[in-house]
Amino acid sequence: MTGRIHSVQSLGTVDGPGIRFVVFFQGCPLRCGYCHNPDTWDPAGGEATETGELLRQILRCRPYFGENGGVTLSGGEPLLQPEFAEELLKDCKAEGLHTALDTSGYRLDAAAERVLDYTDLVLLDLKMTTGEEYLRYTGCAMEKPLRFLEYLEERGIPVWIRQVIVPGINDNNENIERLNRLLAGKKCVKKVELLPFHKICAVKYQKMGIPFPFDIYPAADPASVEQLSKLVIF
Amino acid sequence: MIFEQWKGFVGGDWQENINVRDFIQKNYKPYEGDASFLSGPTERTEHLMTKLNRLLELERQFGGVLSIDTETVSSLTSYAPGYLDKENELIVGLQTRHPLERGVNPFGGIRMARSACEAYGYHLSHKVEEEFTYRTTHNDGVFRAYTDEMRKARHAGVITGLPDAYGRGRIIGDYRRVALYGVDVLIERKKADKAKIGEGLMNADTIRQSEELFQQIAFLEKLKEMAKMYGCDISGPADTAREAIQWLYFGYLAAIKEQNGAAMSLGRTSTFLDIYIQRDIDRGFLKEADAQELMDQLVMKLRMARHLRTPEYNELFGGDPMWITESIGGVGEDGRPLVTKNSFRILNTLYTLGPAPEPNLTVLWSEKLPEPFKKFCAKVSVDTDSIQYENDDLMRPIYGDDYGIACCVSAMKIGKQMQFFGARCNLPKLLLLALNGGHDQLSGTELGPQMEPYAGEYLDYDLVMERFNLYRQWLCRLYVNTMNVIHYMHDKYAYEKIQMALHDTEVERFMAFGVAGLSVIADSLSAIKYAKVKVIRDADGYIRDFETIGDFPKFGNDDDRVDSIARQMLCDVSDELKKTPAYRNAIHTLSALTITSNVMYGKKTGSTPDGRKKGEPFAPGANPMHNRETHGALASLNSVAKLPYDKCRDGISNTFSITPSALGRTEEERVDNLVMLLGGYFRQMAHHLNVNVMNRQQLVDAYNDPSKYPNLTIRVSGYAVNFHKLSREQQREVISRTFHESM
Repeated sequence: MTGRIHSVQSLGTVDGPGIRFVVFFQGCPLRCGYCHNPDTWDPAGGEATETGELLRQILRCRPYFGENGGVTLSGGEPLLQPEFAEELLKDCKAEGLHTALDTSGYRLDAAAERVLDYTDLVLLDLKMTTGEEYLRYTGCAMEKPLRFLEYLEERGIPVWIRQVIVPGINDNNENIERLNRLLAGKKCVKKVELLPFHKICAVKYQKMGIPFPFDIYPAADPASVEQLSKLVIF
Repeated sequence: MIFEQWKGFVGGDWQENINVRDFIQKNYKPYEGDASFLSGPTERTEHLMTKLNRLLELERQFGGVLSIDTETVSSLTSYAPGYLDKENELIVGLQTRHPLERGVNPFGGIRMARSACEAYGYHLSHKVEEEFTYRTTHNDGVFRAYTDEMRKARHAGVITGLPDAYGRGRIIGDYRRVALYGVDVLIERKKADKAKIGEGLMNADTIRQSEELFQQIAFLEKLKEMAKMYGCDISGPADTAREAIQWLYFGYLAAIKEQNGAAMSLGRTSTFLDIYIQRDIDRGFLKEADAQELMDQLVMKLRMARHLRTPEYNELFGGDPMWITESIGGVGEDGRPLVTKNSFRILNTLYTLGPAPEPNLTVLWSEKLPEPFKKFCAKVSVDTDSIQYENDDLMRPIYGDDYGIACCVSAMKIGKQMQFFGARCNLPKLLLLALNGGHDQLSGTELGPQMEPYAGEYLDYDLVMERFNLYRQWLCRLYVNTMNVIHYMHDKYAYEKIQMALHDTEVERFMAFGVAGLSVIADSLSAIKYAKVKVIRDADGYIRDFETIGDFPKFGNDDDRVDSIARQMLCDVSDELKKTPAYRNAIHTLSALTITSNVMYGKKTGSTPDGRKKGEPFAPGANPMHNRETHGALASLNSVAKLPYDKCRDGISNTFSITPSALGRTEEERVDNLVMLLGGYFRQMAHHLNVNVMNRQQLVDAYNDPSKYPNLTIRVSGYAVNFHKLSREQQREVISRTFHESM
């Protein structure tokens, strides 16, 4: 099967455990103000690629995976091409690889559920902790990722929650308290990663000739984000 | 043989014959634990290091050379003893009278010695000049025998970096023999060997060998004399750990006093020394802090070693390197790891004394290394960027378990094999030469087979390869012949007396050839094959540039279409070289290693079909061209891992730079991921990896304000350098390299 791929990163170390081959899917329905891959938004962009070709590349990196590593589908939003994602993950599982899905959780339907049949770990972005902010800064209703998380809990699929910390928006204790309440009692949550907002992506926006919505906010100081992380309970 | 000093050691063949490996195997204690036992620096170490750092800073302020003794010809006993701080030195011996002072060594060539002095505002003394007026140097000899064609190839830069004006290096004396046996036993054995030769037929080969043995014996006597000047009698074996380190270091010191070889490597000494240290700890003579102190003092001495070089030499081999390569770890033939506590201690010197490029610490990587040692190595890499890795699982089946690395990537059995070092040929330039029918655009000279320039408007792969193969045949034959001349003359006029005295009398010899611009030639041929390459000619009809239309596979993306071109190139060059016999029946070997000369080679090469413009640097060693890797780091590593070590026995060098954040979020993750990365790369039978974990911005800062980072150490191509010791051009090239980043 063919899908649209932005690029691959054969050495991924920040999207799931161990060393991972990351496939960046093309196309995303959200418009997060801090998005660091705006070049993945357009569903018609990228390159048409066969699952077989991707699997071939992935297997070439198998010697590096060890017990922890594996494959991560990221993007863009992998669930925008669910059949393609499903087939790729199915093939990876058939090879005995660990699979991870990096998603915004914007969609939960039969097609998305089938993708989860072949997913060992979900990296779920919980981008904000109030419905109002969620809608304003990402264009997505907060109910969607929460429903998605609920579903993962039902099925017992392990999940890492991730949130980008932007100074002036969500770098406060109240946000973390709300996050703790949202995650309370969820056994499927194995890890919560707070990621410092950075602005390396500004050049991409420049190149594309579009404004970088969060350019007005400063980059987050990793040490303060580390401090916030200590308040997370799950 | 029985010596009091051997008390407590397990006996074996090593007591009957010179057999250091047997001694190690019978006596070493593998260490499977972690780094928690290590000690920090002692007060004495810190005191000495403060003193040394002050001198290093002065050396930097003086433009790289602190001082030169222009009155004395460097040799084992030509300088009175010198000290950094006599009271506090546990290990003694300097190359010259004063720390960091450089000696003059004109045996390789007087011109080079003279111009090196002048480059730093000195004049070679009348005394030395006069002494060498009536003396033939290696350089004199070579140029007497060079053909016109050899001179032209050298001048045009098709073959560059030939050791025809300085010591060839890349020979490792088995310095451990001095400690284990003492010098008298070594002399006695060499005398017996010499007598035996006399019993057979005396012909050119045996007469030469006989004279060489005479010289070896004479220099072993000088070695004893040199040690005596420092108050040590090394005629017998070493009795304690301190003596073992001191005896061994005297052996090495003698070598660098006698020879200014391009690479003067140390061998594989740390596990050998661990046996002595462990015995002293067991006897209650030493504690861990004392053991670390002894190793610190040895390493400090190694960091003070210097050779006097010309600016032209530095342009090829930047950063004032000595390649005091020490091979650490690996696994024995019986499966026991050769990792000891002293393997940790020598790596720990990068913390106790701070990061530094020398000695060139080289970890022999094996899947079977103990996990805690793997992690410690990875941590040292992440923290210091000062070590390199080579694949023991690949080399052990070929060289056994007592080999060492000379220079960057050249493996050889210690004391049993040596090599004739021989620079590298410029493959992209050869392609241009072939296309222009033997006309070199840059130098304006005619070279190689003469024919009409390539005729068509577009390059056809098969037609180009037909031409290229013809020129490759020509070059390989010329290359071997040139090397034969050089090494004949080096043996004749600048023979390595002390280093060869610390080898078996019957040694196996390699002749090490090299290629430069591997990724440029692979990408260029790939462009010709998979895209359309249009030629652009000058007024005389010679091709001076190319227009490449369309995309093509590029080396470094794990794409077989182009990776196979690179692979085949190495096979073809290797096979072709073997057709011309090498001096002294040496075995032809090949490397993909440029050191920093990739900048110079690029400068001497016109535009190439891959889109590289005239004068732009090549990638170093076997590296993919900068920033053409679009599939991330592992795809890049996988491409290099495909290159055939079997055809490239002198080594395949790959230098890898990654930002800390791309390696993992936490220190622990970075260490674990680096261990996985090394494991995955070497499991595919790749040969070598230099690892830098750093941000490009840090290099840019150091480029703009060198004083901000006086000790910034980075791995370049088989070795490490102080960033500030590179030329501006070399610094820019290092900055432009691919830094693998996270998306």
